Amino acid sequence: MLKRRPYLITFLTAFGLIIAPFVLPHLGFAPNTVNRILVWGLFGIGFDILFGFTGLLSFGQSAFYGTGGFVAAYLLTRAGFPHVVTAIFIGAIAAAVVGYLVGLLALRRTGIYFCMITIAISEVFFFVEFNPLSEWTGGENGLPGVPAPSFDLGFIKMSFTSGWTLYQFLAVCYFVGIVIALRIVRSPVGAILSAIRDNPLRASAVGHDIHGYKLTAFVIAAAYAGFAGGLLGMMQGFMPPDAFMFDTSGQLVMQSAIGGIGTLFGPLLGAAVWLFLQDFLQVALDLGAAWKLVLGVVFVLLVVFLRRGLIGGIADLYNLAFGKKTAPAEESPEMDVAVDAADEPDVAPMPPHRRAPEGYNGPILKAIGLTKHYGGLAANSDIDFTVNYGELRGIIGPNGAGKSTFFKMLTCEVVPTAGKIVFEGNDITGKNVTDVCQLGLTKSYQVNQLFTHLTVRENVEVAVLAEMRGKFKLDLFGNPDMIPGLNEQIAHTLAMVNLIGRADTPVSALAYGEKRRLEIGLALANSPSLLLLDEPLAGMSPRERAETVKLLKSISKGRTMIVIDHDMDALFELAERVTVLQEGRVLVEGTPAEIKNNEAVQQAYLGGLKEVA
Amino acid sequence: MINWANFVSQAFNGLVLGALLALISSGLTIIYGTLGVLNLAHGAMFMLGGYAGYVAYNYTGSFIVAVAVGALFVMLVGVVMERVIIRHFYSRPPEDQLLVTFGISICMVEIVRFFFGSLSQTVPAPAVFSGITSLGFMFYPTYRLALVGIIAIALLVLFLVLYRTRIGMIVRAGIEDSLMVDSLGINVYRIFMLVFGIGAMAAGFAGIVNAPVVSITPDMGESILVQTFVVVVIGGVGSFPGAVIGGLIAGEIISLTSMVNPGYAYVMLFAAMTVVLVLRPYGLLGTQGRE
Repeated sequence: MLKRRPYLITFLTAFGLIIAPFVLPHLGFAPNTVNRILVWGLFGIGFDILFGFTGLLSFGQSAFYGTGGFVAAYLLTRAGFPHVVTAIFIGAIAAAVVGYLVGLLALRRTGIYFCMITIAISEVFFFVEFNPLSEWTGGENGLPGVPAPSFDLGFIKMSFTSGWTLYQFLAVCYFVGIVIALRIVRSPVGAILSAIRDNPLRASAVGHDIHGYKLTAFVIAAAYAGFAGGLLGMMQGFMPPDAFMFDTSGQLVMQSAIGGIGTLFGPLLGAAVWLFLQDFLQVALDLGAAWKLVLGVVFVLLVVFLRRGLIGGIADLYNLAFGKKTAPAEESPEMDVAVDAADEPDVAPMPPHRRAPEGYNGPILKAIGLTKHYGGLAANSDIDFTVNYGELRGIIGPNGAGKSTFFKMLTCEVVPTAGKIVFEGNDITGKNVTDVCQLGLTKSYQVNQLFTHLTVRENVEVAVLAEMRGKFKLDLFGNPDMIPGLNEQIAHTLAMVNLIGRADTPVSALAYGEKRRLEIGLALANSPSLLLLDEPLAGMSPRERAETVKLLKSISKGRTMIVIDHDMDALFELAERVTVLQEGRVLVEGTPAEIKNNEAVQQAYLGGLKEVA
Repeated sequence: MINWANFVSQAFNGLVLGALLALISSGLTIIYGTLGVLNLAHGAMFMLGGYAGYVAYNYTGSFIVAVAVGALFVMLVGVVMERVIIRHFYSRPPEDQLLVTFGISICMVEIVRFFFGSLSQTVPAPAVFSGITSLGFMFYPTYRLALVGIIAIALLVLFLVLYRTRIGMIVRAGIEDSLMVDSLGINVYRIFMLVFGIGAMAAGFAGIVNAPVVSITPDMGESILVQTFVVVVIGGVGSFPGAVIGGLIAGEIISLTSMVNPGYAYVMLFAAMTVVLVLRPYGLLGTQGRE
């Protein structure tokens, strides 16, 4: 939603901020309430990038809010620093630096561990502010006397003291904040952050350094928090110590969830609802301290029934009212026609972009003595395996033969217990899956690993970005459309896996066969020189199988591929050579004809015929 | 210089706090281990146990009744919460579970504040354990000594239930692999309800037995919850022995640091957590994959 019509959203934001002082007083909002809403909204933009876009729920944002606020307030009061805006920026930078250090620790873990660590860290900041640092921070008294911003332009002196004059200053800050956030969200980094939220495993497997990007999101969130903290002190003329309290983090989380996460504007709306209800319940209904209970109940109900918050609810209502149906889950008849039309793929093959190292003319992949033990269980033992350039190798073997473990070792998802893997002359043993992907070795998974909340096109885009930008690049304000060749390669990949007609469909609305093709497309998108396919035909109907075999043939032009599958007819048709694994060892290797007639293979698959006879 | 009497007395305080944290953390960790839900309302349940016991004490004047009511009431709250709300969140992302339990904790705190106000309330120690005891080299409040014993018994009962009964075996199997337990024909959802009840009861029991030591306030659960997280991170998520060891370590760190400078208690606790996270990312007794 935020990605389309970029100028419209910017324009509407500016328009809304300009007319707010004329409209909101009639709705019962005092100017100071509106100013607080803006500060919360700005605080929430960073949090939304972290939680809504990257999927990292932090309950510790108060640490950065307080850090930024106290650094700015200290500079402006005790240190006598004269420039208000500069001080606030210094506060934001300090918060970002602290965020970087905290992120290094907190991001060692994911999920609930991450949540627990952020809570613990923010609690530490609260105590540090109160005790060891109380000489600088004023302890429980906070820092009073924070000046309001004023600018001397020579001919006119503008000062923004309170009420609607201060609003002008805060509105400009919010506007700049939202414009920057919109750029980040639409940048290549933004696309990768969403991919990390949906499927971190796959995001790293298509070649992105997800730790670096998570840390980036964490630092961005900390910088926004620090900036908002500085504004808080300035707005109140006093930097309160309770900025550091857990309640601050909790209120931010609740406001964002009420407004709607993943929308950037959700925290602003949530803050408006929160502060309005607080005033309304306390004053108009005379509920006293019970206002927070009412808000707590509202919050629980929203999480239970309207998980995308108010903005999500409004969007759903809009779609319901104007009959915008989501795409059907099953392939419509037209799609079948499209598939038929593509029976003869006329798409040009997509040769790998990378070249083998100069002067190297050995095999593309060589595994020596590869062994993997899980406790006492030997999944793979002493496998020697060589694949030459341009080959299409098949791997078969009964269930539990260790085929998938073997693939995982080749792509460095699993560290081998012993042995060595050499890819294009480089020893890749012990590297990680991201680096190996960047070298040009990718895999499509046995069980689909897609970015489920993104569209087909966005899925492929995430994978192509990894090739075009490398594993980590901070083009936070970049425009994906400006990356040369990106759109062409996305279109080409979609054409190869025959999903052009579904490019703007969300993955959740795809049929199973289409998801399988997208799975292959993700591995293919960054034009690997060696492509591994783990059971690409699994779960497909006979017709889909036939189409996929055709697809695999066209992909294999100019590329080396290794395919695991149980469908032997398909594999014998595809592969030039076949390796048979049994009980973690190489049983035999040869051409399809040799394998078909090999007694040991027949024995392995049909099991001791002689004994029965 | 270190005052030895002061040191030993603080070490005892650390033992009391550590035992308390061990009990609360065990509740949190078995719920997380079995259900995969991190209950952010666990601290509020600790608080709720204190208040339920306080009410019971005011009506009956009996500390034992207060403890029973505190523990059972919170267990009931836990069971109802699991049946009515948490159940719908098993298939939703973990972030949603965090949000909803956080919201529930706010509601619990505010309900208590609504009925009892923000001022602190006290529950006196039972007459048997009132006063102070001479340990030869120092004097120590009798109830705190007794508290170590009471919590040790509670932990032992929890241990026996988890490790020596059929139900406990199923619960431990559920921590390892709840899907497998389900497919073995055991109604895993009934087990979930039971575990949530037991875990909540541990927090509620801790809340009321601790009430004579500290005065109870509606927001007392918050700092306990944070300390509990540190305990679980140190001990390893889903590990009952890890929670006990982590609890004792955390209790001693907080108490002994407070002796030197209370302002640094959290800093040291956090430093210990950092060291564990760097050296053993899955906690002292945790295993990879429980995340």
